[in-house]
Amino acid sequence: MNRREFMTSAAAMAIFSTPARAEDTPGISASEIKIGQTMPYSGPASAYGVIGRTELAYFKMINEQGGVNGRKINLISLDDGYSPPKTIEQARRLVEQEQVAFLWQCLGTPSCLAIRQYCNERKVPQLMCSTGSSALDDPEHFPWTSPANPIYQNEARIYARYILKEFPNAKIAVLSQNDGFGKDYLKGLKDVLGAEHAGMIVKEATYETSEPTVDSQVVTLQGSGADVFIIAATPKFAAQAIRKSYDLGWSATRIVSNVSISVTAVLKPAGLDKSKDLVAAQWGKDPSDPRWKDDPGMKEWGAFADKNLTHAAFFDQNAQYGYGNAVALIEILKSCGDDLSRANILKQTTHLSGLELPTLLPGVLLKTKPGSYSAIRQMQLSKFDGASWQLFGELIEA
Amino acid sequence: MASRLAWGLAVVFAASAPFWMSGYHLYQGAQVLIYAIALLGLNLLTGYNGQLSLGHGAFFAIGGYGASILIVKLGLPYYVAIPLASAVCFVAGFLFGFPALRFGGLYLALATFALAVATPQLLAFKRLDFLTGGSEGLHVPKPGPLLGLPLSVDQSVYWLCLAVAIALFAIAANLLRGRVGRALVAIRDHPIAAESMGVDAALYKTICFGISAFYAGVAGGLDAIAVGFVSPESFGLALSLAFLVGIVIGGLASLGGVIFGALFIEFVPNYADQLTVYFGENAKALPGAVYGVMMIAMMAVAPMGIAGLFRSLAQRLRKA
Repeated sequence: MNRREFMTSAAAMAIFSTPARAEDTPGISASEIKIGQTMPYSGPASAYGVIGRTELAYFKMINEQGGVNGRKINLISLDDGYSPPKTIEQARRLVEQEQVAFLWQCLGTPSCLAIRQYCNERKVPQLMCSTGSSALDDPEHFPWTSPANPIYQNEARIYARYILKEFPNAKIAVLSQNDGFGKDYLKGLKDVLGAEHAGMIVKEATYETSEPTVDSQVVTLQGSGADVFIIAATPKFAAQAIRKSYDLGWSATRIVSNVSISVTAVLKPAGLDKSKDLVAAQWGKDPSDPRWKDDPGMKEWGAFADKNLTHAAFFDQNAQYGYGNAVALIEILKSCGDDLSRANILKQTTHLSGLELPTLLPGVLLKTKPGSYSAIRQMQLSKFDGASWQLFGELIEA
Repeated sequence: MASRLAWGLAVVFAASAPFWMSGYHLYQGAQVLIYAIALLGLNLLTGYNGQLSLGHGAFFAIGGYGASILIVKLGLPYYVAIPLASAVCFVAGFLFGFPALRFGGLYLALATFALAVATPQLLAFKRLDFLTGGSEGLHVPKPGPLLGLPLSVDQSVYWLCLAVAIALFAIAANLLRGRVGRALVAIRDHPIAAESMGVDAALYKTICFGISAFYAGVAGGLDAIAVGFVSPESFGLALSLAFLVGIVIGGLASLGGVIFGALFIEFVPNYADQLTVYFGENAKALPGAVYGVMMIAMMAVAPMGIAGLFRSLAQRLRKA
């Protein structure tokens, strides 16, 4: 090889090794961004399937409007029946056969945990997992995995801050479900109370989901003389705890977990009068609340649902959740500009500095940072007035 | 003779797969082999011996969790852990066989159904968290390369599953060819006549239950290392029902049929999901319905299962 040949070949190499061009990333071409997803369209959790359907419909609309920077969004959403072995199979198909750029909004704690190792070994971003388990927010060990839901710990931290501010001398009783959800909750509370105020929790009780009722736990908790009662329970048990605590004449301030704030599924069965003065943290706009009738964000969502889904979907919080996340993803992809490498997509998702969504309460912004990928960390408290939830106070940061 | 040739070709085809299949397809292939082993066990019990089980997912789960716990908590290698967990399954199945003696037909189906319903809840039971990892499940490390050969994980797992499957098929075929097989079938067809001929029905039925559970346990153990993860959701009611679908679609009381059954339960749900794409996003909610239609069509075309279909085709050819 003479000198001239060497120079040209070196120049050629330099051209081909320019960093992170879009075409180098699997699933990214000049005209398309290919994304993968697993979703329980069949099986025990199929009620969540509407999330995937909403997201598909949203991207179809975006594509009709020209896509993101000229690239169409191609979301391949596969059924995993909420079975982890199937999730792995489908994730491998998406990554190895379909060559997607990244996985997004795969649903379910066990499903996401099952594919986490695989995604991180291959450095395939597993973004915005549809779960609130804190196990999926572990950037130190699994930097390629991020959760979409506010993690339960953060909600509990907000209650702890509220109690410290408003009831500094409170005696707290906690009822929690004996699983990851309940444990996350207790951890969040204790983290904020710290060693100094740990004594404020005077009594803890747990229940198994197989138990018929939590009445005896509520009686025990009342016996502790607590004046703040935290109910970290799923809908059926929350309804029982709300009713029992009222029937006992327990005058404590009752705080109920956000998973159990549905008026129709929890508060009506418990009794609307018995649910009066409950406190709960919120971050999303409740579609059945007339307050948001003229809200631009909710009008946007309502118009989209009417046109692309059904009118009933507007009131389905799962569909609303899918809509919000689809909007967020489009914003994230826009912020990537022309660098659609896996590393940059991950970076943009985990460096959100305050993204606003049409479905979130005013002022609640998506914020992520390298050490903590959970994006929703601001919430507002609300009180139930016997008919609907009334927001009060400032936004609180977890 | 023809059937031997078919088996030979199938084995050669299956054994050569790692040379030309991608890792993803080998994973699917391993799943098919694992399902085939579990279906084989269930077919011994239901197809040959006439005891209906709707709860074989439970024994699959014991094998899967048993092997995972031995590997993760005790640090045992998988080739020790899987046989141990399978032995536990044999004992569990054998013991379950005793009450099963008193249940006939649909009552046994209900009792085993209860087993399938209870399994995911028991696996998530709090007091067992230290063993089972609770609702978050257990991560099982991938096995090293088979026999120290330079193979990828997918190749190793696939060949391991294939070797185990061939061995278990050979054992089952051997068992069924002799007096044990005749006794099992006799008990299914004419229990009273079988007993008057001196067949110890109670012993055969309980042992058959044990062997059947053992097969399910081996499959569960292999599944745990192939998937690398076990959680209560992995062993839901749907799994037990899929096994039943597998043996009926494949062909009751047929060894070759379980392979078709395994192919069906592995691939048809995927096709059902893909088919929905052609009907727009809203049809995404319907993979179950599409799967159901396919199953009905299958039963209409091959009421005796796929193995039965081949048998009747062969008969017609011979007559012609």
